[in-house]
Amino acid sequence: MYKRLSNILIPVIAVILGLIAGAIVMLVSGYSPVDGYIALWEGIFSDTYFMGETIRQVTPYILAGLAVAFAFRTGLFNIGVEGQFLMGWLASVWIGTLFTELPRIIHLPLAVLAAAVAGALWAFIPGLLKAKYRVHEVITTIMMNYISLHVVNYIISNVLTDRSDKTETIAASATLRSEFFAALTDNSRLHWGFAIAIAGAIIMWFLLEKTTKGYELKAVGFNQHASEYAGISVNKNIVYAMLISGAFAGLAGAMEGLGTFGYIGVKGAHTGVGFDGIAVALLGANTAIGVVLAALLFGGLKYGSLNMPLETGIPTEIIDVVIALIIFFVASSYIIRVVISKFSKKKGVE
Amino acid sequence: MKKRKFGLALSLVLAAGTILGACGNSEESSNEGDSEKDNFTVAMVTDTGGVDDKSFNQSAWEGLQAFGEENGLEKGKDGYNYLQSESDADYTTNLNQLVRQDFDVIYGIGFLLESAVKEAAEQNPDSNFAIVDSVVDADNVASITFKEHEGSFLVGVIAGLQSKSNKIGFVGGVESELIKKFEIGFRAGVESVNPDADVQVKYTGSFSDASLGKATAEAMYKSGTDIIYHAAGATGNGVFTEAKNIKKNDPDKEVWVIGVDKDQSAEGAIDGTDLNVTLTSMVKRVDLAVKQVATEAKEGNFPGGEIVEFGLDADGVDIAPTTDNLSEDMIKSVDEYKEKIKNGEIKVPATDKELEEFLK
Repeated sequence: MYKRLSNILIPVIAVILGLIAGAIVMLVSGYSPVDGYIALWEGIFSDTYFMGETIRQVTPYILAGLAVAFAFRTGLFNIGVEGQFLMGWLASVWIGTLFTELPRIIHLPLAVLAAAVAGALWAFIPGLLKAKYRVHEVITTIMMNYISLHVVNYIISNVLTDRSDKTETIAASATLRSEFFAALTDNSRLHWGFAIAIAGAIIMWFLLEKTTKGYELKAVGFNQHASEYAGISVNKNIVYAMLISGAFAGLAGAMEGLGTFGYIGVKGAHTGVGFDGIAVALLGANTAIGVVLAALLFGGLKYGSLNMPLETGIPTEIIDVVIALIIFFVASSYIIRVVISKFSKKKGVE
Repeated sequence: MKKRKFGLALSLVLAAGTILGACGNSEESSNEGDSEKDNFTVAMVTDTGGVDDKSFNQSAWEGLQAFGEENGLEKGKDGYNYLQSESDADYTTNLNQLVRQDFDVIYGIGFLLESAVKEAAEQNPDSNFAIVDSVVDADNVASITFKEHEGSFLVGVIAGLQSKSNKIGFVGGVESELIKKFEIGFRAGVESVNPDADVQVKYTGSFSDASLGKATAEAMYKSGTDIIYHAAGATGNGVFTEAKNIKKNDPDKEVWVIGVDKDQSAEGAIDGTDLNVTLTSMVKRVDLAVKQVATEAKEGNFPGGEIVEFGLDADGVDIAPTTDNLSEDMIKSVDEYKEKIKNGEIKVPATDKELEEFLK
């Protein structure tokens, strides 16, 4: 009972602390925090267009968060979500542009599946290295992010196009967007991806909580030696965990490739979605429902803040600081949680 | 007990949210009433370089500020304004944000915004858009382009005359049709005055990686190149750094950089000395172009569906006003070539194919 309450209460307190800290920054720099936060609120809720775009922004965050959270629950720290995300994005666009005659019912699932497979394969490499040679996954996944960035850029400008900085737009049969959503939300880029994201969250919950495989995966995360003693193959489960985590990350890439953009362009740097996924997962306490809620908050802040400079005249730099402060407090809720859980454990011993 | 308290807190937060939301709405509707005024409003969306990129985003914003000043406008919703894009996902939303505020002309700055402007223009046929450095074929979009090859030709002439080693370098950003115009024009200019000179071309693949620019410049200068023309945005800053380092250690060494987009003589100054490695710059007057389109639109002549091209004749491109490192002769030949380009005697090539024909 207490644990459950603290699980909900701590992030809420963290968000409020973050909002207060942000308000102080706005006050100090001579702007009205009330106006600022009203603009933020309106930037999310005042218009169906804004709401549609907010959900669009949230969708890849959910999947990136699930990718990190899933790995975390199985004792792995997958920092490579960004790289797997880019691979998924590339694969979805590749399949999306490759065929032009396929019916949508085949083409779209194929493109989505390709993204998941690409992400999974990219995560397979660090998984295998960890299982076989005990190479720490944090190092390999970080390095794989850079490899991914440059491989993707190379493929875009040399394989998919002739020295162009972005690919063709995907065929209409592969898009996740729908006329219905566009009409409903005043031409926003809202797409069916959020259904995939929600399904992803349900799958993760079901897999981890209701299946034997999930139990094995979690057991390996808790204690490798005990698992091995109990007859669970640790190496196999590490690879499985990375595959599933990478598939979630790849799906996040498909959200951008088949939904938001419809193409992929040469990137000068990482997009940051994969890294934000780490914060989303930690804020969501690595649970499926928590990740969905945390992604809503992140996406809302990110998108709503776009409305602040225009409505209030607050410079973009200050807004970036405010948003970063909120995220900082939210992220440090994880620390609060650790402190509290340690504290209560000690009490339990006495 | 605790649970009940929590529920109370939650409902309070929700209630506060609703009330705040309601406040916001009423304020917004009153603001909308204000914006019905007859002010002619303009706004722009930057690419990810931001409004202070020391390059074309900044130049475009200067153009809007000048337009605002001329017409007594203030920065804000009822005058002139800009929105910065943090990532390429923001282009579309920023454009739509401005559409919702009923700005009369909305600029997308840079070819990266091409598809976003196209989409926004299709969805909002009643709003007027303009795109810089690219072409969008729609009745409500004015496409602003520059004859970068003409300006690059002029700095090529200077490089051809200046080079002692007859080895000249070109450092580009991401290879594209646009940056190719810089390269081809430059090569044609060098070739016209110094057929013996060899132009080495290198594309770095990035507009934002100064260390990559530095490494590229290092390799070029080491192989005997004495002048580098960069068209690589912030990557080009690394070219300046490398040239300044060399010059600092050996003030007699011939190393020059030719800047791009705006007068980059300040970037080439070596602290504590009178030395400056910036030979000249190819300036592209995005500010003039942005202002001109705004003025035309205000007079009711918005050039929608047209391609407005700014070349030497409209002062859209030129060499930098700072000419401290140029000799009299160079300035004279630049002026001669300028005349020849203006009256059509020379047609500056812009593509590989045209360059081939030009060299015949």
